[in-house]
Amino acid sequence: MSVLIYTESENGKFKKTAFELASYGKEIANMMGTTLTAVAVNAENAEELANYGVDKTLMVTSDELKNFNAKAYAHTISSAAEQEGSKVVIISSSANAKYLAPELAINLKAGYASNVVALPESTEPFKVKRTAFTNKAFNLTEINTEVKLLGLSKNSFGLKETSGAGAVASFDAAIPDNANGVEVASVDKVTGAVTIADAEVVVSGGRGLKGPENWGMVEELAEVLGAATACSKPVSDLGWRPHSEHVGQTGKPVASNLYIAIGISGAIQHLAGINASKTKVVINNDPEAPFFKAADYGVVGDAFEVVPQLIEKLKAFKSNNA
Amino acid sequence: MKILVCISHVPDTTSKINFTEGDTKFDTNGVQFVINPNDEFGLTRAMWFKEKQGATVTVVNVGEADTEPTLRKALAIGADEAIRINAHPSDGFFVAQQLAKVAKEGNYDLIIAGRESIDYNGGMVPGMLASLIDANFVNTCISLEVEGTDATAVREIDGGKETVKTSLPLVIGGQKGLVEEKDLRIPNMRGIMMARKKALTVLDPDDTQARTQAVAFEKPAPKGDVKLVSPENLDELIDLLHNEAKVI
Ligand SMILES: Cc1cc2nc3c(=O)[nH]c(=O)nc-3n(C[C@H](O)[C@H](O)[C@H](O)COP(=O)(O)OP(=O)(O)OC[C@H]3O[C@@H](n4cnc5c(N)ncnc54)[C@H](O)[C@@H]3O)c2cc1C
Repeated sequence: MSVLIYTESENGKFKKTAFELASYGKEIANMMGTTLTAVAVNAENAEELANYGVDKTLMVTSDELKNFNAKAYAHTISSAAEQEGSKVVIISSSANAKYLAPELAINLKAGYASNVVALPESTEPFKVKRTAFTNKAFNLTEINTEVKLLGLSKNSFGLKETSGAGAVASFDAAIPDNANGVEVASVDKVTGAVTIADAEVVVSGGRGLKGPENWGMVEELAEVLGAATACSKPVSDLGWRPHSEHVGQTGKPVASNLYIAIGISGAIQHLAGINASKTKVVINNDPEAPFFKAADYGVVGDAFEVVPQLIEKLKAFKSNNA
Repeated sequence: MKILVCISHVPDTTSKINFTEGDTKFDTNGVQFVINPNDEFGLTRAMWFKEKQGATVTVVNVGEADTEPTLRKALAIGADEAIRINAHPSDGFFVAQQLAKVAKEGNYDLIIAGRESIDYNGGMVPGMLASLIDANFVNTCISLEVEGTDATAVREIDGGKETVKTSLPLVIGGQKGLVEEKDLRIPNMRGIMMARKKALTVLDPDDTQARTQAVAFEKPAPKGDVKLVSPENLDELIDLLHNEAKVI
């Protein structure tokens, strides 16, 4: 009966979303009067999860699962759910989680609600709030199946420390034959840099920055803040920045704590994709730019003057608050 | 190669989103509908396979009669034929089941769908479809090459990309990158004329039950006014971010 969460890790270390999932899953387990189980693949330090309410962690250790494989991972999670008799299974909104989710839903005969942003409004019937129309609206979705699969939006619930029983058990699920149909040939991943998906802070530049040669200050500002860099769509279409940095309705979604937009006008398609961020700052020399209507804080000014100053002041702030 | 491109019919990205009937239905009043942007990148890639590798391209949509102009647009862009499953696309699972039936009966080698549709953002149709027909599946696909029955695809991952080797039959959840923005095609007069003569077959849905239901909608609470900080006083901005927003 226990609620099951799939806690993701990177090089053995749990991601922050794993703790957010635990915090969220624990509350649902409490609502339903049951316990919380986590399933983790090639992760270490299961005891960290207990601080966020996990009662039992199923640890999967397998060389075959070293590379992500949607079918194999989905099968591992569904086997864990079956063993635990879980009626609610919760995953994150990472690229990998979204990749395996549909397969997992089919395995579990589960109704799947993605981009969930709050605790269920009720568990019988099971109704949960999610974003729709790329953050332009919310919808309340009712899941009619016995097993429910939820994809929790990043940063929508936060971390809640609480103690769980913290038992640890090893777990093993055979890998299905058809998992071999997609094989990883190479992975091209920036190491060390913060990714847009995991970042607490995102610094984003638009066409107002005039050309790729001016991105030095964007990168420097990001470095001072420990932030990921992003850009508007035309900037990636013009080849000033890689497509992987394009955020917005047709690019990557951003749900960071802080989003800083520099020389971005705030077109509806851009805003849709970044609206889930908690605090938005805009730096733009046009006071009429629509971004000012969507932002929490704004500076009307020339980015080429404002950003270098902001970098200096932030450096001073950081060294005073270190 | 037989390609099936799944087309979702969605409000144009500039649409204002409103609801009717006590916030239980999307208000289509005054809304322009378009081919879902993620699907349009896929359709354009399919045109490349058609022109360079002699593929045939069928487009399919699960929707009521009002989606036909969107399918006709796909035909005008160059798809060979269209199929519409005449049903309200009530949830991702229902849609995937309908598409699975078409996919099996038509014996398609490659099925191109979009990573998500920009209306409900479910992000589940392509993966469920692949699972239901036991095909290989690559999500957030930004590049695809096919040689015989072998395929090489690049998938976007958090913080980078990953190249995978796979084979047909294959389903992809596509997005920008499959082709570039500048490669997207606007139907020309000849395409539009020809589209009128191409087959658009309407099929009945099966009796699959949806597993989820959107019971109500709500718009985000209106935002408070922006706090403006003078460019001469950026210390204030840092102070606000630190003490008020508590994000640095
Ligand atoms: C189907 C579709 C999907 C789309 N999807 C996306 C998407 O996912 N993401 C996205 O971003 N866009 C998307 N767009 C594009 C969107 O409509 C806008 O065109 C785009 O966001 C504008 O990018 P921008 O703000 O960088 O450029 P602009 O609109 O050109 O704005 C540049 C801004 O910089 C300011 N500026 C200029 N010089 C300075 C200076 N020295 N200092 C400070 N500010 C300065 C200007 O005042 C202006 O506000 C989409 C469009 C369509 C049609």
